[in-house]
Amino acid sequence: MLRHVSKRLLQGISASREVQSPAVQLFLPRQYHERVVDHYNNPRNVGSFDKNDPTVGTGLVGAPACGDVMKLQIKVDDQTGKIVDACFKTFGCGSAIASSSVATEWVKGRQMEEVVTIKNSEIAKHLSLPPVKLHCSMLAEDAIKAAVKDYEAKRVKPAAGAEAAPTEKAGNV
Amino acid sequence: MASKLLASNLRQTLARISTFSPLRSLSTAAATAPALATSVPETFEDPNEISIKGVRISGRPLYLDMQATSPVDPRVLDAMLPFYLSRFGNPHSRTHLYGWESDEAVETARAQVASLIGASPKEIVFTSGATESNNISVKGVLHFYRDKKRHVITTQTEHKCVLDSCRHLQQEGFEVTYLPVGSDGLVDLDKLRSAIRPDTGLVSIMTVNNEIGVIQPMEEIGKICKEFNIPFHTDAAQALGKIPIDVDKWNVSLMSLSGHKIYGPKGVGALYMRRRPRIRVEPQMNGGGQERGIRSGTVPTPLVVGMGAACELAKKEMEYDEKRITALQERLLNGIRAKLDGVVLNGSLERRYVGNVNLSFAYVEGESLLMGLKEVAVSSGSACTSASLEPSYVLRALGVDEDMAHTSIRFGIGRFTTEAEIDRAVELTVHQVEKLREMSPLYEMVKEGINLKEIQWSQH
Repeated sequence: MLRHVSKRLLQGISASREVQSPAVQLFLPRQYHERVVDHYNNPRNVGSFDKNDPTVGTGLVGAPACGDVMKLQIKVDDQTGKIVDACFKTFGCGSAIASSSVATEWVKGRQMEEVVTIKNSEIAKHLSLPPVKLHCSMLAEDAIKAAVKDYEAKRVKPAAGAEAAPTEKAGNV
Repeated sequence: MASKLLASNLRQTLARISTFSPLRSLSTAAATAPALATSVPETFEDPNEISIKGVRISGRPLYLDMQATSPVDPRVLDAMLPFYLSRFGNPHSRTHLYGWESDEAVETARAQVASLIGASPKEIVFTSGATESNNISVKGVLHFYRDKKRHVITTQTEHKCVLDSCRHLQQEGFEVTYLPVGSDGLVDLDKLRSAIRPDTGLVSIMTVNNEIGVIQPMEEIGKICKEFNIPFHTDAAQALGKIPIDVDKWNVSLMSLSGHKIYGPKGVGALYMRRRPRIRVEPQMNGGGQERGIRSGTVPTPLVVGMGAACELAKKEMEYDEKRITALQERLLNGIRAKLDGVVLNGSLERRYVGNVNLSFAYVEGESLLMGLKEVAVSSGSACTSASLEPSYVLRALGVDEDMAHTSIRFGIGRFTTEAEIDRAVELTVHQVEKLREMSPLYEMVKEGINLKEIQWSQH
């Protein structure tokens, strides 16, 4: 019985010793949050849809000169306005890749009106982005809005009888 | 009985803790896993794993960042150790053996450093590093001649400490010309000539660039300076022990040197100051008048001895190292280029130090590439990881497109780099670049035949 107690006690000590190492790490500057690392190592929904498909909305934001370009695409159910699928491709730092990966996860299966309310601060909070990386989450927010806008523009055009012109221009945001 | 049991149990487990805990933080020893598995349930991971800054690495990464710093050569450490333990005297002590032997060791080191650059030992001043040497040179010269000389010439690609010293001078009312460089990273000699004014007090141009490794035409610059009778300072921290240096042939008046870039210890450097014609500087540090009053403060004997030993080794092995590093550089470049397109070597192809390979991988952002290359210790040419999100100022001075400047990585090869390390670095780099290109919208657009330059990008 005593043996059992002493073992437990000591296990507690060794466990608390183990906890020290992450605490020490908090003082180190600018580490990536584990969610960023996870999304970077295993990005969700990388890929492309046919951008000429009328049910697909494409958002392309950022600029190569700034070091970040994000392309986010959504596939929308015509009847219900629900986003059935989403994918992305991103040129940018690990935080940019993680932000866009999170964005695709969050928009999937939701209504279009819902996703345009996603705020960059929610993405930044989810990934614990440091202040210098906040623009990555803003890009992700803009990419979602640009994709929805592109889809809506496409829907209006065929109704007017015009061919849906492939949009090569980056979203104006 | 029970208390005896408790005591023995306590002793056993405590012993386990005290032996294992320090091991875990210091080494990659595999023995830690079983003991910890009992207390922390989630340690089923790789026992060799190191976790730092939120990055988990299996074992220590291979080191390819020799421009940042180099490991101390064991032979250098052997030379240094006695001066920490038994021969610890202050080299400025004049009254006992401890002082005399330290002084002798410092003078030997001075001769070793001088011999590597073709100077006289009397022209070498020991400092804390190249940054201090650069500060003494740039600010010291201008302060000393401040009545007549009001102008400095330097380049846009200098090391930060030279640029910052120049900024400081500007604030004091001096004028500075920052010479542009060509797309190969070299200074235009005609531009240098036309920038010279009657009140120019110093020309400061680095020998080997730290970011891109290009070698400036030192002899030609030296000739121009001689013609106009202007002191010529060069930051040779990246050149020492790697390319042959001759202060007389280059007509250098001041030269900054560093210990830790040539397999010596950190915290020591040297400044070469020409005696004939004599160059004078105002000291930046005042005190006991050591090092002829240029740099007061006790000379750190072990470090200085280490720097001397490193210089002697470098002199002996420069040719051998150069051959080996050239072969490794070719192996690295050929390996990467065989599997990847859109790889650009930044800086002049001919006039460069072989151990510095600065590559831009088109359509892949440098910081994300570095994040994936956590098993290779390299550095990004772009300063993206620092607080500013600007790409490298050196690459921008070269006129590299901003999108390409965001994609650069510097591989630094050194004396202790092995072929196996190069092969592994090639393998990991190729894998990671391919993965990120698969994820890159730019690469996709280029494959579709879209010209990226024609797209109207929205600026953020």
